[in-house]
Amino acid sequence: MSRLLALAAETPARGHRPWPRGEVDAAGWTAAGEALAAGSFELLGLWGERDAVHMALREPQADVIAVLTLACPHGEHPSIGRMHPPAIRLERAAQDLHGLRAVGLPDRRPWLDHGRWRRDSVGEAEEASSEAAAGYPFLPVEGESLHQIPVGPVHAGIIEPGHFRFTAQGETVVRLEQRLGYVHKGVEALMVGADAARMVALAGRISGDATVAHALAAARAVEAASAAEVPARGHWLRALMAEIERVANHLGDIGAICNDAAFALMQAHCSALREQALRAAHSAFGHRMMRDCVVVGGVAAEPASGGLDAVRALVALVRARFPALVELYDETASLQDRTVGTGVVGEALVRQFAAGGFVGRASGRGFDARRDSPYPPYDALGVEVPIRAEGDVDARVWIRIREVEASLALLDRLIDELPGGPSRVAVPARGGEGMALVESFRGDVLAWVRLGAGGRVERCHLRDPSWFQWPLLEAAIEGNIVADFPLCNKSFNCSYSGHDL
Amino acid sequence: MRKILLESLLRRPLTEPPPALDDAELAQLGSALERATRRGLGRSLAIREVDAGSCNGCELEIHALGNPYYDLERYGIRFVASPRHADVLLVTGPVTCNMREALLRTYHATPDPKWVVAVGDCGVDAGVFAGSRAVVGGVGDVIPVDLRIPGCPPTPLALLRGLLALLARTAEGG
Ligand code: SF4
Repeated sequence: MSRLLALAAETPARGHRPWPRGEVDAAGWTAAGEALAAGSFELLGLWGERDAVHMALREPQADVIAVLTLACPHGEHPSIGRMHPPAIRLERAAQDLHGLRAVGLPDRRPWLDHGRWRRDSVGEAEEASSEAAAGYPFLPVEGESLHQIPVGPVHAGIIEPGHFRFTAQGETVVRLEQRLGYVHKGVEALMVGADAARMVALAGRISGDATVAHALAAARAVEAASAAEVPARGHWLRALMAEIERVANHLGDIGAICNDAAFALMQAHCSALREQALRAAHSAFGHRMMRDCVVVGGVAAEPASGGLDAVRALVALVRARFPALVELYDETASLQDRTVGTGVVGEALVRQFAAGGFVGRASGRGFDARRDSPYPPYDALGVEVPIRAEGDVDARVWIRIREVEASLALLDRLIDELPGGPSRVAVPARGGEGMALVESFRGDVLAWVRLGAGGRVERCHLRDPSWFQWPLLEAAIEGNIVADFPLCNKSFNCSYSGHDL
Repeated sequence: MRKILLESLLRRPLTEPPPALDDAELAQLGSALERATRRGLGRSLAIREVDAGSCNGCELEIHALGNPYYDLERYGIRFVASPRHADVLLVTGPVTCNMREALLRTYHATPDPKWVVAVGDCGVDAGVFAGSRAVVGGVGDVIPVDLRIPGCPPTPLALLRGLLALLARTAEGG
């Protein structure tokens, strides 16, 4: 029997779907932390509430996923981060949002809380904040001829806000320290007490570029909690949206990465294709980004007449134009000179952080929720997952290129084999607990929800893939020149809003 | 690369004709711009985009303004890196408590005359995030706003219409 299942089975919680959840004591909690540190478990998420802390784990060898819960009647729990560094930021966030103290946490600085939240409404962690207001101590750096470059939160460009503190020796970055949390909107607090429909609408606004994936993860968690079955056509239409979203974002990223390597031609062509993807989405689903198109129980509406033809035309267009762009990327020496060998992340690190998406796959970790924790319709379709070993900017571009091609093939099948019947089912408002793992263009999104008796949200947590990718960017830039940071950063394209919540 | 360049030369441009201006938007601008000086901006607008808490959806559509279909620069509208070079602040998102100060500082760093455009449902009134204790409110709750472009996110066409209306008025000399 798997160690993870054994831990979860100690005191199993009832009605947690589809994976088990179990209550553990401090010893069980610590044992899980040790298994994480030893590399036998992977961390999928860690989140708190007023008097408990939860951790979603995966045991790859046994192909098992489970949630462990530790009650924290005194607001304290043994720190996982002290054994397994990927948990540090998660524990700092739980400390800010719920006042939970992770005992032994090596870094207790506030993370999302900048000491500026409004105090006029009742919050869960009023007192945590005074500490945050006192100014943020960056990690000290000592050494000869080092200088620091503070960047942000407002960046020069149309990008999200965050602060980067570079320590450089000459042109070379010795250390990058990120400070995030600027766009924290209190989304999870807004979800408490909401009905499932509003919860999913909010989830669709956690990271705008992955609105379909986040809404889908949230909706699937609600459906799991309510033991509802979405009709096949609903699943297929959702996947159709998710693949359009993937293609659109990857096209945008490929162009933007090349643009940051001073090759604007690629950006012009890729952004034109991306525009076509958004227009096809609009024709089929009535919104360029398919916002609010995934709802609890299925999809908001049937595709408009002619909409599926627009998607077919998009597939044909990208198929016709993309190969020449790929060739251009491959054969432009000045571009390759910038991307090859830049911003390398090693396999050990992506495994330790269980980083998903192109960040993980470019460094040898192949996890893709569509294949490795499959949900309909991907369980029937099968998904090819490209993988590279180099871990550099170039590899992250290539993963995106291969995924665009794979998504085009999926789109063909999703349209050709689209089942008939209803695309939505009414989901009864009842209590329960559910979790979902959904593959966004950026990596796996985790959603967890506990619904009260009337179907109202008691606690919902969404973990964007960026949580486990941001820290790796700090590692990727080390030893590179400062001028290559925009390029590295774009190749990661982590979500600020998805992370800050 | 030569093949692609040659093809691009021969193909018709993708760029679309400019959209017609919306009367309501023009009217909205009228009063705001009366406050402005008579100095014309020479049919050129420099925009500094500020994400004050957005979900990044609005940023994607603002980005799209630069693609070959909308090609914002042909109107003399361009995005600049520093608020000191900007005529217009294009502000997205509900203003989060953590971004309030950065927004204010950016506003004060922008020389007069300046205009502020609040973008998206969130920029207008915090949208779905209204009421959160981590959110101050819409852009107008922090700095004076001259034009609002609603939508979640507003389409590039809606953004373009708003900006062109702004440009038309500034070119008239306010
Ligand atoms: S208006 Fe919509 S797209 Fe824009 S920031 Fe708000 S939620 Fe995101």
